[in-house]
Amino acid sequence: MEATIENIALKHQANLEVFSKTLQMLAEHDRDIIVVTSDSRGSGKLVPFSQKFPDQIVEVGIAEQNLVGVSAGLASTGKKVFAVSPACFLTARALEQIKNDVAYSDNPVKLIGISAGVSYGALGSTHHSLHDFAVLRTINNLVIVAPADNFETEQAIRLAAEADFPVYLRFGKKAMELLSEDEKTFEFGKGRIVREGADLTIIATGETVAPALQAAEKLEKESRLTATVVSMHTIKPLDYNLLDEIALSGKPILTVEEHSIYGGLGEACASYLLQAGHRNAFKIIAIPDEYTVTGSQQEIFAHYGISEEGIAATARKLCQG
Amino acid sequence: MSEKELARKSVEYRRKILKYIYLAKAGHTGGSLSCIDILNVLYNHVLNVNAADFSSPDRDRYIQSKGHTVEALYVVLASKGFFPESDLETLCTYQSHYIGHPTRKVRGVEQNTGALGHGLSLSVGTAIAGKLDKKDYRVFTLLGDGELPEGSNWEAALSAAHYKLDNLCAIIDKNNLQISGATSDVCNTDPVDAKFEAFGWSVRHVDGHDFEQLKAAFDAIPFEIGKPSLVIAHTIKGKGISYMESQLKWHHGVPSQEQYSDALQELDVAEESLA
Repeated sequence: MEATIENIALKHQANLEVFSKTLQMLAEHDRDIIVVTSDSRGSGKLVPFSQKFPDQIVEVGIAEQNLVGVSAGLASTGKKVFAVSPACFLTARALEQIKNDVAYSDNPVKLIGISAGVSYGALGSTHHSLHDFAVLRTINNLVIVAPADNFETEQAIRLAAEADFPVYLRFGKKAMELLSEDEKTFEFGKGRIVREGADLTIIATGETVAPALQAAEKLEKESRLTATVVSMHTIKPLDYNLLDEIALSGKPILTVEEHSIYGGLGEACASYLLQAGHRNAFKIIAIPDEYTVTGSQQEIFAHYGISEEGIAATARKLCQG
Repeated sequence: MSEKELARKSVEYRRKILKYIYLAKAGHTGGSLSCIDILNVLYNHVLNVNAADFSSPDRDRYIQSKGHTVEALYVVLASKGFFPESDLETLCTYQSHYIGHPTRKVRGVEQNTGALGHGLSLSVGTAIAGKLDKKDYRVFTLLGDGELPEGSNWEAALSAAHYKLDNLCAIIDKNNLQISGATSDVCNTDPVDAKFEAFGWSVRHVDGHDFEQLKAAFDAIPFEIGKPSLVIAHTIKGKGISYMESQLKWHHGVPSQEQYSDALQELDVAEESLA
């Protein structure tokens, strides 16, 4: 059976559930699909996959460097390898393996960073990944994608499975809603407009697209400001054409991400826009450079203004100039 | 290839290692000379790889974890016809693919290495793929004794035993020296055999410059069914050039013109003794 949005329920599921189900569907037809885990089959929702395809899962134990090195070795033989580990460990502890064994060696491993950003909430900063976009953006030959809903998740997995280049997919932990009725197109490197507006553009990524959309609704109701909302799922390569289109409106641009203010979506957009000669009003909402406040993901989001209220308030200020 | 033929080959390889390091004014001389006899036996006696059919999925794999001794690998690959030897005249020059660590831009190189502690994990993944695909190829990886403190080696060693990778053979080029001193002084890893055995490997010691012993060890792999094999090759850093042997400064020392010509004379004498 083809993995399609008709036969995978995409609403109200964590994207890891969609990840696991999509992989199972792909693996039915393709024995080269291999999942490599570092004691992460439970947290990666991969127990059903491991039961159905015991020969297509490789467990290395809690050893992320080996996870990535082994995955690169497997990929060098033509296997379609998904290396699954919490994003915090995968992209920090195994960074040298990502840089050398995957990207530099051009072994097309699909790196799956699960429970990314502050998904682990009160487990604290050891378990947060607020650095991953920044460090991975500096590594040549790596596509970086943070799906915003389960349509994007499913599409990203299918594209990644067939990609002959390395990809980092960044997944959250909580249930996701479908963000748009437009489920026709998804391409790496092409931002997805999930709402059209006239007064400003909110460019968000991953799990921050949902509160950005809520904020846009709020702005329209309460302030008569209509916002375009973009899911910039691909952080690299960044969709420069879309940024040009957005900037040419002359309207303010607000970026939102579950990442450090340094080196992520916001700075990537700012760098391009400035160098391309655009001078729109511009603001980044992200996690500031401080010891991250403790709390659940939702509480951390609210604390730093990554919420319906917070994004709407910042947008209003930005539009007022 | 007989032991005598291999010995003659090694003289030729040593001459070329020194030639290209001398020309480039850069290279890891001591380690290239300590591992060259191992590479000689691998490429001329053991490995099922050839330049004409290098992309074959059934080929044996050789992954050089101690990437810095790439000069040894380059001269062997050139002699096996992977690329013209004259390419090595560009070693470490602007825009050359022949840089100071292996990259796949050089034909015959399996993996880009150079950062230490990577080759064993890459080899484990490649060996697992071989098992999954029920292929007969074997995976060989060469580690330096100085890189053993990298923790990733031990992560990989666990996985190799866990997956019963008897299609994997690691070789340690145990020359007992690393950039800042004796390995036993920098971070002692001995007894390395007992450590790997405890991790579930089957281990043999050889004189890494004795062709008969090297051939016999590689002919015997897997040493045990269901276990990865480890060959601990006892070697001499700078082997073959008297003033370089076991001298730390030759880790990445480059010979002067006089030293280079002395070295060539020593190699001529060695070759004559094999006539």
